[in-house]
Amino acid sequence: MSGHSERPSGYPSTIKIVVSGGFGVGKTTFIGAISEIEPLVTEAAMTERSIGVDDAALLRQKSTTTVALDFGRISLDATLVMYLFGTPGQERFNFLWDDLTDGALGAVILVDTRRVNDCYPMLDYFEDLGIPFLVAVNDFDGALVFDLDEVREALGVAPYVPMLRCDARSRESVKNTLVALIEQVLVRRQAATVGGRQQ
Amino acid sequence: MSEEPLRSPDPRMIPVTRPRSWFEPTGGGGQARKPENDRADSADRTDRTDRVGQRPKHQADQEEDSFLRPFILTEGRTRPLHDGLRIETLVHARPDALYAPLHFEHRAIVQLCQTPIAVAEVASRIGVPLGVAKVLVADLYADNLVQLREPTELPVHVIERIRDLVRAL
Repeated sequence: MSGHSERPSGYPSTIKIVVSGGFGVGKTTFIGAISEIEPLVTEAAMTERSIGVDDAALLRQKSTTTVALDFGRISLDATLVMYLFGTPGQERFNFLWDDLTDGALGAVILVDTRRVNDCYPMLDYFEDLGIPFLVAVNDFDGALVFDLDEVREALGVAPYVPMLRCDARSRESVKNTLVALIEQVLVRRQAATVGGRQQ
Repeated sequence: MSEEPLRSPDPRMIPVTRPRSWFEPTGGGGQARKPENDRADSADRTDRTDRVGQRPKHQADQEEDSFLRPFILTEGRTRPLHDGLRIETLVHARPDALYAPLHFEHRAIVQLCQTPIAVAEVASRIGVPLGVAKVLVADLYADNLVQLREPTELPVHVIERIRDLVRAL
């Protein structure tokens, strides 16, 4: 939208990718598998943007709650630095999501097929937001393996959203997931320029 | 020689960076509140710390006794002087910023940002909450000591290059 497309003249551009999903689904593992630094944590204030129901038990007894936000970095070359940010998993929906997702190139939503429900809020959120995303089904050891079509149906994910399997512990697998996400970004970008505003 | 864990023990804690040896804190004041060091054996690998250049060897000792309200560092200011800092905005110190007279945290940021890093990483590395880091970075920007690089909408050929670079990782 902002027609800022000068060439990055020697000065690094930053790329943000959001890694989302339910609690314990492997977001930090995913980030750690490919980050060049050990995933870092920072503490951020929660802005009230409640969509779901707050679970009061999860909130501390103070008016401004903070959440831990973890992230990793990949320097792609001298002019491109990619940051992967994990959404805080233990709460529902409130906090700093705008700050997190604003300007993101795309998002990966990790799904654990044993706890499919956990990712519904994220799916809704990213669908509303309109940034490109894909669904990566994290294959845990011993988890029941479902057909991807079954998962898609169970989640009600639109056909245009890519869905793939992923092992968050494997660098190669994480890499493939990111490549697929960037492909999706390109597809969406082309659809926007060619076909006007479908979708 | 291998890296110490880079996690902040608790993000509310005050500085975990230590000035580099060639950049002495004014009057050596940085050592003034060095706590009694009874973990010297594990922490005190002086020869290594110089090379790593980043980890304070007394960090573990400071953990227990240095809690401060985070926004004390910003003199109570919670609104950055510069709006629009995002967590992934890259911060890059200008070359002359190293010579500016700065307080501890500002100086720590300048030292960190000799190569560009994101605001979130600044926060994590100096051990302050994101909101505090934004205020501090915005101060430096207002004084023209750092450059900021906001994410912009990338043209298609750059996205394609990103894809290829990720694939080649």
